[in-house]
Amino acid sequence: MSTLQPAATPESVSDEVTPAPKAKKAKRSATGDAASALNSRWASLVAVIIAVLWTTPTVGLLVTSFRSQRDINRDGWWNAFANPGAFTLENYRQALEPGSSASFTQYFVNTIVITIPAVMLPIFLASLAAYAFAWVPFPGRNALFVAVFALQIVPLQIALIPLLDIYTNKLGLGNSYWSVWISHTIFALPLATFLIHNFMRELPGELMEAARVDGAGHVTIFFKILLPLLTPAIAAFGIFQFLWVWNDLLVSLIFIGGTPEVAPITVRVAELAGTRGSAWYLLSAGAFISMIVPVVVFLALQRFFVRGLLAGGLKG
Amino acid sequence: MAHNTQRRSAKVLATLAAVSLGLAACGGSDDGGSDDAGGSDSGATKIDCSVYEKFGDLKGKEVSVYTTIVAPEDGPHIASYKPFEDCTGVKIKYEGSREMEAQISVRVKGGNAPDIAYLPQPGLLKTLVATGKVIPAPPETEANVDKNMPDWKTYGTVDGKFYAAPLGANVKSYVWYSPTAFKDKGYEVPKTWDELLTLTDKIATDNPDAKPWCAGIESGDATGWPATDWVEDVMLRTAGPETYDKWVNHEIPFNDPAVATALAEVGKILKNPKYVNGGQGDVKTIASTSFQDAGLPILDGTCFMHRQASFYSANFPEGTKVAEDGDVWAFYLPAKDESSKPVLGAGEVTAAFADRPEVKAFQTYLSSTEWATERAKTCGTGGCLTANVNVDPELLKNPIDNLSAKTLTDKSATFRFDGSDLMPGAVGAGTFWKGMVNWITGQDDKATLDFIENSWPKS
Amino acid sequence: MVASLLSAAPSAIPEPLLRAESTAGKFVLMFFAIAFFAAIFGLVLFLASLFKGRSGEKVQGALFAGPAILLLAVGLMYPAILTILQSLRGKSGEGSFSFDNYSAMFSQPELITVLRNTALWVILVPFLATAIGLLYAILIDRARGEAFAKALIFLPMAISMVGASIIWKFVYQYKQTERPQIGLLNQILKMFGFETRQFLLDAPVNTLMLILVMVWIQAGFAMTILSAAIKAIPDDIIEAAHLDGVYGFRMFRYITLPSIRAALVVVLTTIGIGTLKVFDIVRTMTAGQFDTSVVANEFYNQSFRYDAPGLGAAMAVLLFVLVIPIVTYNIVQMRKEA
Repeated sequence: MSTLQPAATPESVSDEVTPAPKAKKAKRSATGDAASALNSRWASLVAVIIAVLWTTPTVGLLVTSFRSQRDINRDGWWNAFANPGAFTLENYRQALEPGSSASFTQYFVNTIVITIPAVMLPIFLASLAAYAFAWVPFPGRNALFVAVFALQIVPLQIALIPLLDIYTNKLGLGNSYWSVWISHTIFALPLATFLIHNFMRELPGELMEAARVDGAGHVTIFFKILLPLLTPAIAAFGIFQFLWVWNDLLVSLIFIGGTPEVAPITVRVAELAGTRGSAWYLLSAGAFISMIVPVVVFLALQRFFVRGLLAGGLKG
Repeated sequence: MAHNTQRRSAKVLATLAAVSLGLAACGGSDDGGSDDAGGSDSGATKIDCSVYEKFGDLKGKEVSVYTTIVAPEDGPHIASYKPFEDCTGVKIKYEGSREMEAQISVRVKGGNAPDIAYLPQPGLLKTLVATGKVIPAPPETEANVDKNMPDWKTYGTVDGKFYAAPLGANVKSYVWYSPTAFKDKGYEVPKTWDELLTLTDKIATDNPDAKPWCAGIESGDATGWPATDWVEDVMLRTAGPETYDKWVNHEIPFNDPAVATALAEVGKILKNPKYVNGGQGDVKTIASTSFQDAGLPILDGTCFMHRQASFYSANFPEGTKVAEDGDVWAFYLPAKDESSKPVLGAGEVTAAFADRPEVKAFQTYLSSTEWATERAKTCGTGGCLTANVNVDPELLKNPIDNLSAKTLTDKSATFRFDGSDLMPGAVGAGTFWKGMVNWITGQDDKATLDFIENSWPKS
Repeated sequence: MVASLLSAAPSAIPEPLLRAESTAGKFVLMFFAIAFFAAIFGLVLFLASLFKGRSGEKVQGALFAGPAILLLAVGLMYPAILTILQSLRGKSGEGSFSFDNYSAMFSQPELITVLRNTALWVILVPFLATAIGLLYAILIDRARGEAFAKALIFLPMAISMVGASIIWKFVYQYKQTERPQIGLLNQILKMFGFETRQFLLDAPVNTLMLILVMVWIQAGFAMTILSAAIKAIPDDIIEAAHLDGVYGFRMFRYITLPSIRAALVVVLTTIGIGTLKVFDIVRTMTAGQFDTSVVANEFYNQSFRYDAPGLGAAMAVLLFVLVIPIVTYNIVQMRKEA
């Protein structure tokens, strides 16, 4: 990434980073290697503490999901390791038991059919719009961008009835996946445009200018220069949107309904989870069934995700 | 994802839990009726099809039904449509969602209503009728209702027009207890309210390690409703059905002295640290104990009594025998004296949003004794009580369903519908719940009633 | 344009491409939709490429931003305006114009609590999540097993709000002190000889307990973005600082922080707005009882539970108003950068 920039010499630091003069003052009390090693030991400790704090709740429920109903209510999950033989898959078996009318596979297919277009469409539209807001001067650009940004606050619940009315009565798209895809797109656009725009703004303007000088139009620039740089950023947003759509219940329920033929997996999980008193044995298994795909996808794409967000920092 | 649960769904949840536990109270029953939702082809009863001929040739038509009833309790429901489907060739498209109560009005207002919806509260029917989208019930349905559930007709009626036939039913005036524990300790099932209070005090004195009562009103975003049932049940007993009706219709204010008396009576039990909260802790734990868990301490002897509706039976774990001579059973929450017998209950009504002939035909089927009988026969796990008084109670194999059916049809009983289901949503599903939660956690009677009274919608 | 294409769709597209119930049919439908959307995308670009030079930029800008703006106008702007109108037309949202809903809203005695809670959420969540995310990002930067360490903090982000609420409700489980505990937090209290507590019951601690769940979810988001921003600080700058003897906290204060300022603003803003809208956590864990309600929860109740869409709309408008400071701050920031 640093190839994009002339190598910064120590002298040039003070030119580029405003607080650098202050940093120079710090020279007098420079920390030595020993101090930094100590620091890093403390740093590791704090990092481990945070990691443990962040992981324990999930681990607790995970362990619980493999315990019998009786054990769960008798003592804490931390005692489970004393008797590993008591672990059981029974909770998962019960949670996965097909409902009376549909198998898990069917819900799974529905979720995939909902999710893929609902992730791709906002990426298409938001990257185009973000490009326009970032690099194409047109009248009212700033005002429009602020408006798009501000729309993030509109709770999607207020849009349900008006949108349903439009789909059903104006477009003939009632009870179809189209209405779900378009709704997810609409609700994602403000954040998508905002995030992708921010990444784009950070790209060095000289790139664009150089291309303009060479006679390239906006379409060429968008495809040839921006899109390759932006691909990781788009992937990063794509993961966010994937998680959101995958975990969504409300939008699908409203626009396509909860029948097993069309409803996503969250509908099935909501039947299991939700507020079930201390039916922790089912709740925990249900919760983990719903988590597994997003977590796997997330971990698999994590590298991509981090790189994607890096794209925004090129300017330094 | 999860947003709302109300009492109907609470019942569903309870049943779901039971099924998952393998507790099938009437499962494996030995009658000819089909237990299996899917495989009811051969077992489906033949009904008189001529009733539906007047609606024309309905072959190949579809009717969509939207309910709060989800898997696995939906199976028996779907099975109970079979005779109708066989007769008419109509296909019933079933959709159940726990979000139904909040979603139905969105769908109706967005112009995407189902053909028929099972509404768990008459109050919701009133709201939906106000949108102008609910179609009045056809005369055939109304005739069925007049015949089969005359007392309940009013719950499907808005401003004098009959819209929605009642469907399922449950009885709320029950106290769950352990017959074994009562026998061991020599306690008698109380026959009057005073006897109940005396027994309560006796249990508290006899058992320093246990409490006479356990309660829990946590129920997700419907937290509070079990406490409103308490107040309603006691209100029926201390003030009588007539005053109860005035209260529900807001002809007397919510903070009327009659209500204050009832609340104080409830407080004698629920707010007395000597009497509650068996198996859980202090009075405040009532607010955070889920209603599903609240009665379980009866099983381990840390609690003796739990007031909850008939559908609570499904919450007892695998292997619990729910019967008069079993591990748990329910007695009728006694009235002031034995001369009166007020019964609190609830149920759902079926509203239609389309006036196609196949929808009318299906509405008519749902209000028929044929359906209620089929429902009882194909009942999977209990909770199959209907509002229909012409069904033979003996068809209900689940003991508590059976008892409830007899309670409902008892000529000496005065039935009243769950008041909070009839009040405007802002109160019945809002401030009444919230007020009771605050009351449990420390707010005094007067402040609680004033708060609810002030929230009553002015119009 | 998109809308006109879409409205043409139903008549142009045969039923199997509108709705499908078989698995194969669904996938055909899905691929058709992707192709359809890609075609729109291509069409926009093709049209845009017809316009050349600086003068064509206006058209190009409109073509690029147009589809998104159109969808937003129909899907969010129009409902937002409807909502504002509804909020002025009585409790049903259909009556005559008045400020009744607003006076009703502000005369509710609980509103003060709701506003106080909302303020706590919107201040604590972004700052705590960002602070923890930043601290962690710095601590594990270039450490061994960094990817794994990140994944641990990351994980809650992949879990739905409701899933997270279930996990934490289990952590907060209450049992009487003398009984075996099943909730971790109460077990810890008990271990240190304290009485167990009902964390979700006692105000105002319960609100903090709910906020913790949101912080738990959002810290991973903050960590990821900030970590990326930290890594993007050119090595030479860091080396130069090291040559100048700048290490540890000074490094953070004078080099790191200024370099990631833009990323910090994005993180704080995104989390802040997300927090204002969140109500799943409150609904799942306390249902807004015990003085834990927030504006978004009240909005939901009024609109969908209490049959008072007008009053609900007023709550939504209150949410819009609450976000104005965040938007304004961002605009000021954008102006500065421009």
